[in-house]
Amino acid sequence: MKTTRPRSRRLRGFTTILLFLLPALVLFFGLVVAPILLAFYASVFKWNGMRGLPTDFIGMANFTRLLADEVFLGDLWRGLLLIILSVAIQLPLSLGIAMLLNQKIRGRAFFRLLFFAPYVLSEAITAVLFMMILSPTDGLANYILGWFGVDPLDWFADPSTVMMSVFIVMTWKYFGFHMILYIAGRQGIPKELTEAAQIDGATGWKVFRYVTLPLLGPTIRISVFLSVIGAIQLFDLVWIITGGGPSHSSETMAVTMFQFGFKRFQVGYASAISVVMFLISLVFAIFYQRYVMRRDLEGASTVLRDQR
Amino acid sequence: MSANRHRQSPTSGGPLRSLSLHAIVVITALFVGVPLLYGVLGGFKTTRQLSSNPLGLPDPWVPENYTSILASGSFWQMLWNSTYIAVLTTLVVVAVSALAAFVFARFAFRGREALFTMFAAGLMFPFAVAILPLFVLLRMFGLLDNPLGVILPQAAFGMPMTIIILRGFFRAIPGEIEEAAILDGCSPFGFFWRILLPMARPAIATVSVLAVVNSWNQFMLPLVVFSDDSFFTIPLGVQQFQGQYATDIARVMAYIVVAMLPALGFYAVAERQLVSGLTAGAVKG
Repeated sequence: MKTTRPRSRRLRGFTTILLFLLPALVLFFGLVVAPILLAFYASVFKWNGMRGLPTDFIGMANFTRLLADEVFLGDLWRGLLLIILSVAIQLPLSLGIAMLLNQKIRGRAFFRLLFFAPYVLSEAITAVLFMMILSPTDGLANYILGWFGVDPLDWFADPSTVMMSVFIVMTWKYFGFHMILYIAGRQGIPKELTEAAQIDGATGWKVFRYVTLPLLGPTIRISVFLSVIGAIQLFDLVWIITGGGPSHSSETMAVTMFQFGFKRFQVGYASAISVVMFLISLVFAIFYQRYVMRRDLEGASTVLRDQR
Repeated sequence: MSANRHRQSPTSGGPLRSLSLHAIVVITALFVGVPLLYGVLGGFKTTRQLSSNPLGLPDPWVPENYTSILASGSFWQMLWNSTYIAVLTTLVVVAVSALAAFVFARFAFRGREALFTMFAAGLMFPFAVAILPLFVLLRMFGLLDNPLGVILPQAAFGMPMTIIILRGFFRAIPGEIEEAAILDGCSPFGFFWRILLPMARPAIATVSVLAVVNSWNQFMLPLVVFSDDSFFTIPLGVQQFQGQYATDIARVMAYIVVAMLPALGFYAVAERQLVSGLTAGAVKG
């Protein structure tokens, strides 16, 4: 298209772009970027969070305190534990079920609907439901364990079982979400490929191991990524069920931050925790995009449709 | 050939194998379904029945737990609050993101990719990271105990995903349509409003469903923004009710079942949009 008055057109184009982007920029800078900057700022002050801006500058003291705090180090370890459990147990379960439901099993539409349903419930509802199911006194879980002669457990009330119990609830709520991702990924694999492998004599397991699984790579990597981000920010479930207890044994970074920020009014210190959470997410995301998902984001063998 | 292939497919390797595969699915279904069923039936029991007979049918059926919740005004108030906040959040996030996604999809200008990457990067940051400074900012703006204090941050944090999905969709619409519209004297906004948006209806539906579900289930933000319980949303109400009636388990159970129904009903209606939004967002993010 030839333009007769390029300059005024360009100016008009610029104004249009600005006007269209303005609301998004205002919202994003005002409520996403500004808070993160504010967290960085507040993290080097001793501040009780009262009105106005903090004044009592203490440098990196909040961070040195943080890195020496057993509860916070425990948060890191528990976060790692949840990530390991998710990747080692929850995701393989999701993948296995997705592969099963990809086959002509009777009632698969129903199963798919059922397995995904917990995802749409809020963590608050899930938390309260499982507080009752995993109640040490008259919960359903202990009742069922009784059938098999297993002694009743204390679940959330016992420091040695609380993380396992939290993980069970997370699996209940989220494995269906990952299953849905895997089903979609599996449907994106052309039939010809698996059929060709079968014609070449590959059996069920070999087809899965050497054809389906590698082609599911991008989906699996995304699913791991989402699990990690989810574990870093885990809050609602833990806050409602245990509040981090008993004696900090189920506390997560977000719970610790919330305790200090909203209950104990050590806002500077809590901001330092926010900053660490931010940095962990950032470093992980950059590292992961760079080294793990790199292959998925470029080249022709990706599932990314219509990227330029 | 097709019958033969059917028998050989990795799916069915003899009746024994298919039986065991089926068993895995059924066990998983029990793991997911029994807690839900336990809740629904539990709501019809008394707390005493519940501890002596956790799994069986209620005997006798006690509907009072459910009827007393439905008869109380506070539940309906929360339902209204949740709905109102979800609808406004969705309107804001979709409108703002659609405008931005339009620019990212159909205009060429310097710094576009950098700007887009900045928005997309917002996807990676957990909400929990920002909650504390967000609270400080909202207090500064006087938005505590105000629905806007929940609506606007939710919209801001929902933008990355919405922009990514909408941009992908807008890009797929052929350039010829845009050229034809411009030749016919359509302004950029006219093209966006009268042609692009109507064509993108499925994508708009998808991102709207995502926004509704995220808003509906949001707990942390309303928890810090609302201290007056006349603003409470359903997740806050659930926590509050549990605190109040902790010992009356049957009643709490009835409450969470009632609280589940709107979400499950919405899921039944919008399952397809939700799944397509989540998979598109995950695959493209």
